[in-house]
Amino acid sequence: MKIIKLMREKTLQVFSVLVIVYLMLPLAVIILLSFNKPKGRQNTSWNEFSTDAWTNICRDQTICSAFATSIKIGLLVTLISTIIGTMISFALIRHRYKGRGSTSLMVFLPLATPEVILGASLLALFLNIFIPLGFWTILLAQITFTISFVVVVVNARLAGMDSRLEQAAMDLYATPLQTFRYVTFPIALPGIMAAALLSFSLSFDDYIVTVFNSGRVVTFPIYIWSAAQRGIPPQVNVLASIMFLGSLLLVLIASLIIKRRKAIQV
Amino acid sequence: MSIAQESIIKKPIKKRFKRTPYLLVLPGIGWLFLFFLFPLSTLLATSLQKPAGLSPDDGYLPAFKVSNYTDALAEYYPQFFRAFLYSGIASVVCLLLAYPIAYYMAFRARKYRNLMLVLIVAPFFASFLLRTNAWKTILSGDGLVVSVLNSFNLLPQERILNTSLAVIAGLVYNFLPFMILPLYTSLEKIDPRLIEAAGDLYSPPSQRFWKVVWPLSLPGVISGTLLTFIPASGDYINAELLGSIKDKMIGNVIQSQFIDLRDYPTASALSFTFMAVILVMIYLYIRKAGTDDLV
Repeated sequence: MKIIKLMREKTLQVFSVLVIVYLMLPLAVIILLSFNKPKGRQNTSWNEFSTDAWTNICRDQTICSAFATSIKIGLLVTLISTIIGTMISFALIRHRYKGRGSTSLMVFLPLATPEVILGASLLALFLNIFIPLGFWTILLAQITFTISFVVVVVNARLAGMDSRLEQAAMDLYATPLQTFRYVTFPIALPGIMAAALLSFSLSFDDYIVTVFNSGRVVTFPIYIWSAAQRGIPPQVNVLASIMFLGSLLLVLIASLIIKRRKAIQV
Repeated sequence: MSIAQESIIKKPIKKRFKRTPYLLVLPGIGWLFLFFLFPLSTLLATSLQKPAGLSPDDGYLPAFKVSNYTDALAEYYPQFFRAFLYSGIASVVCLLLAYPIAYYMAFRARKYRNLMLVLIVAPFFASFLLRTNAWKTILSGDGLVVSVLNSFNLLPQERILNTSLAVIAGLVYNFLPFMILPLYTSLEKIDPRLIEAAGDLYSPPSQRFWKVVWPLSLPGVISGTLLTFIPASGDYINAELLGSIKDKMIGNVIQSQFIDLRDYPTASALSFTFMAVILVMIYLYIRKAGTDDLV
C-alpha cells in the first residue's frame, strides 16, 4: 500500500516536471540560438558559437526601435489599464450594488472574445470613422483587452482579503480615505503589481490585436513576424532572452525582499 | 436592541457610499462600451455593406446585404469546422496535461510552488511568435524529435511540421498556462481537511478525487477550458507557422480577408458569425454557473 502511494506521488511529480520541461523547451532553443552564428539568413540550426549578437544588439536599427516602441506602448498600457481595472475590481469585491452582475459580464466578455475579432472590430470602427491607424490606435486596442485581465488578478487578491481588517480600521475612527490608504491599498498592492506585470507582458507580446490596428507602426512582435519569412536575426533571440531571464530575475529579487521582510517581522 | 443599533450605525454609511461603486466602474465600463461593444456593432454594420466599385479602394456603402453571410459561410465552413475541431482537441489535451500539475502545485509542491508558478508565467515575456517559431526548429525534419519518432515508425507522414499534428501541438503549448492557472487557483482554494475527512470515512483514493476534489475544481475546469478554447479557436499564428495550407483556420481567413484582400464585409460577416457562436457558448456557461464566478 505504501509503495503504491509512493509511486503515485512520484508519478505526479515526474509528470509535473515533464510539463515544465515542455514549457521551457522553446525558451532553451531561443537562448541557445542567441549564441549562434547562423550560416545563412535563417537562424534555425546550430552553426558556430558566437557572442556577436549579444555585444551588438542594435546593429539593425529597426530591431531596437521596434523594441523601444513596444516598451513604450507596454508601459502606457500598463499604467492606464491597471488603474482602470483596479477600480472595477474594488467595486466588484468591496461593494454590493445594482448592476454588479452586468459589470462582471462586461469584464468577462473581452476575455471570451477571440483576439482576431477584437482586432477586427476595432479596425472596422477606426475605418468607419476615419481615424488614422498608428501609435494611438494600438494603445486604445491593447488597453481594451488588458483591463479585464487586471480585474481578474486584482479580484483574486481582494477576494482572499479579510474585510474585518477594514471594519476594524473604521471602528477606530479611520476615515474611508485613511482606511483605503493605510489598510486596503497595502494589502491589495501585491495583486495590483501582479496585474501590472501581466498587462505589460500581454501588451508587449501582443501581435494579433496590434497588427490589425498598427498602420505603419512597427512593434517588436510585428518586426518578428515580418522577419520570420526572410530569417529572424539572432539579435531578436538576444532581446527575447533578456526579457525572459530579466523577468525571472525580477521575480527572484522580489521574493527575496519579501522573505527578508518576513524574517525581520518575526 | 443590538439589531436596532446595527441599523442605526449602518444606515448612514450605506447612504453615503452608494455612489462609490458606480464612480469606480465608470471609467472602465465606459471604456469597454466605447472600444469593445460599440466596435462590435460597427462590425455588424460593416458585415452588411456592399462594395461601391470593383476594387477595395473604392470603399463600401451601407446596405443590408445578408448574402455576405451565406456566401462567406458557404465558402469558408471547412475553416470554421477546423478551428473548432483543432481548438477542441487542444483544450482537452491541455486539460489532461494541466490538471495533474495544477493538483501537484496546489497540494504537494509546498516549497517549489512559487518557482513552478513563475516558470509557467515567465515564457509570456519571451515573444510568443518567437517561441512558436522555436517549435519549428525543434520539430524540423533533421531535428531530434522527428528522427527518434521516425526510427520507431510512429509518424504516418514521416514529418510533424506542416501537419495538423504540429498545429494542435502548437496550440496546446501556447495556451497551456491559461489552463494551468485557473485550475491551480480553484484547486488551491480546496481545504485539504475535506480530503482527509473523506479518507477518515474510508473513501478510497479514487472516490476521494471524484467525489470531493473534482466537483470543487469545476469552476477552474470551466474557466480554464473557456480561456484555452476561445483564444485557440481564433488563433491563426500556429496554423500559419506550423501548418500546411490545408490546416488554415477561421482566424487565418478573417485576417487575410481584412488585411490582405481588404474585403471588409466578408471578413466582418465571418467575424460576427464566429462571435455569435462564442456568445452562445458563454450564454450556456452563464446559465450553468451564474455571473458571480465570471471574473
